Amino acid sequence: MTRLHHLLAAPLACLLLVFFGVPLVLVVTVSFFDFDQFDIIPTFVLTNYLELFGSSLTYSLYANTVKYAVIVWTLTLVIGFTVSYFLVFHVRPFLLQLALFLVCTVPFWTSNVIRMISWIPFLGRNGIFNQSLIALGIVDQPLEFLLFSDFAVVIAYVHLFSLFMIVPIFNSMARIDPAVIEAAVDAGAGRFRVIREIVVPLSKTGIAMGSIFVVALVMGDFFVVKIMSGGQSASVVLAMSNEIAVLQYPPAAASAVVLLLVVTAMVVGILRIVDVRRELAG
Amino acid sequence: MSAKNKTLRRQLSRREVLKGAAATAGMLAASGAIGGFPTIWAQNIKDVKLVQVGGSYSAIIDIARQASKDLGFQVEMQTGAHDALLNRFVTQPNSVDIADMEYFFLLHLVPRGVLHPIDLKKYKWWDKVVPIFTKGEYPDGRKVSTEGVLPFEVQYVDGPESTKFSKRPTQWANGIPTVYNADTLGIRPDIVKRPIEHWRELLNPEFKGKSAILDVPSIGIMDAAMAIESRGDIKYGDKGNMTKEEIDKTIKILIDAKKSGQFRAFWTTFDESVNLMASGEVVIQSMWSPAVTAVRSRGIPCYYAPLKEGYRAWASCIAPMRHLKGLKLDAAYEYLNWYQSGWQGGFIAKQGYYSSVPETAKKFMTADEWGYWYDGKPAKGDIKDPYGTLMEKAGQVRDGGSFWERMGKVACWNTLMDENRYMVRKWNEFVSA
Repeated sequence: MTRLHHLLAAPLACLLLVFFGVPLVLVVTVSFFDFDQFDIIPTFVLTNYLELFGSSLTYSLYANTVKYAVIVWTLTLVIGFTVSYFLVFHVRPFLLQLALFLVCTVPFWTSNVIRMISWIPFLGRNGIFNQSLIALGIVDQPLEFLLFSDFAVVIAYVHLFSLFMIVPIFNSMARIDPAVIEAAVDAGAGRFRVIREIVVPLSKTGIAMGSIFVVALVMGDFFVVKIMSGGQSASVVLAMSNEIAVLQYPPAAASAVVLLLVVTAMVVGILRIVDVRRELAG
Repeated sequence: MSAKNKTLRRQLSRREVLKGAAATAGMLAASGAIGGFPTIWAQNIKDVKLVQVGGSYSAIIDIARQASKDLGFQVEMQTGAHDALLNRFVTQPNSVDIADMEYFFLLHLVPRGVLHPIDLKKYKWWDKVVPIFTKGEYPDGRKVSTEGVLPFEVQYVDGPESTKFSKRPTQWANGIPTVYNADTLGIRPDIVKRPIEHWRELLNPEFKGKSAILDVPSIGIMDAAMAIESRGDIKYGDKGNMTKEEIDKTIKILIDAKKSGQFRAFWTTFDESVNLMASGEVVIQSMWSPAVTAVRSRGIPCYYAPLKEGYRAWASCIAPMRHLKGLKLDAAYEYLNWYQSGWQGGFIAKQGYYSSVPETAKKFMTADEWGYWYDGKPAKGDIKDPYGTLMEKAGQVRDGGSFWERMGKVACWNTLMDENRYMVRKWNEFVSA
């Protein structure tokens, strides 16, 4: 009888096995295969991994992708924390708070491809932003770095992924008991001390969850990088997709396995700092 | 009258009806309205459905509609990007009936045996196909450039079961050539303000931050090679099949150019190239012919520069898949014959592409359209695309001139290199540099 409740997890377990477990095993298997121009040869070789680790390209791709991840994580964290803090502690009544929170999700009512591409005419050489700057006499020449650059990539990422930071942080902050803060203020703590010693520690779960979302999304992206950098910047997955485009499955699979390990390590790292499970239970 | 006789008479009368229909069809064919289709008379032909999978520029829904109407069975079009197509043909060949692809795909597909070699005895237009494809020659006997993958080099196999390319014409074709074109650089004359005559201008610092190339590694590197060779930095043995050393040198030059800020962007889709040009982000870039027209139809000056070094050409073909059998295979042959009977050729000509059987396409174009698209003559009236949108105003001449002036100057073909694996890795280095 006690075993029976395990069955409740069976549907999810089956789904995970079929749609996650099996493909993952396949990818890992293929990553050890050899290949030539026309065929994948099912043997066991380490060449795919040796080439991957032996190539300076791999390291520069990871450096580039991690650079994006760090910048975007920092920016979305600042934005996510600030917006949530404002909504939770400064907006009254509760209905307005909820309404403003929903406003944050408005951009998500359209597809993220459209949201990203709409930056292109805005930031372009003859785009609205440059035209406005020139019209206002702030610059004489259009600013070229705005589009098809790292700047453009980061802007698009931050725009696309900020909500993934706002939602979990908002959620944790909303659960902070106002009495705790009142007590701190009564005891003479200033605003920043309250943030540092009460709000941040009690929002840790949300920050960790948001960070996992943002980091995983940036590490796994190739489309935003490709479009917003005008194809002039690469990410780990973009290189992988170039390999798949010419049917080089085994090296792409090896690259996927390594990326999976790297992202898993990052997530584990975040979870080591914040025990999400315990915080959620508490 | 016995029951048997009754059946016989019923059959006879049905046959007469069919004869009448055939006569009508014959008359229509004679008048050039249709090519005498359909010719298969199976009861269940209407249940047949052929799925053609190809690029958006060739697997066009209008062609499927017209084919379904003329042939009595269903043709369905599905489109995808280059890489998605190649992956699908190789990994899920049974989900496709007619592969619609660039010729260099054949290098991947024929050795894998996923295609049905076409019996040219059952294909009626082969002797009318432009000799670039059938013989690798121009009509005057000159050999066409073999840099890259010249369609002729992968056109034939030895026999119906063979997976080896034949160096000389045989009865077995790997694909029927469909649309093709000669690609060059698109220019914004209002900003460039001087004639552009060489590929090397792509790398000219004068256009720093305002030039672009195609971000499909195998094609982008060819455009780069045209520019690099034109500048005199490297003399390639075969631009379309570079050695590792040539790839290294090419990528190094590209990385230097990129670091100095030469390129504004690398584009992947048709629309991206149009937008880059129309918005003025880019003033010189590798481009496709209809994309140039698309820029112009927005009222923005743009032209497709004929360059001294010649064009980078590409060609598509359609091929039935190996899994087709019986009635479906018959329908596929029927479809191949219909495809080149003129309607499709006329349709795509009005988008700026060429048909491999120009003489049938001609019947589906007005004299003025033919004059503009194929003969390089000034348009007498406005030139419209197949949907009636204005493409060119009266008086305009096609950039690069007539069919043979353009296709006669092919410098290289879209390609798949032997060192493909190495090239893709180097290209990734270039993009991430």
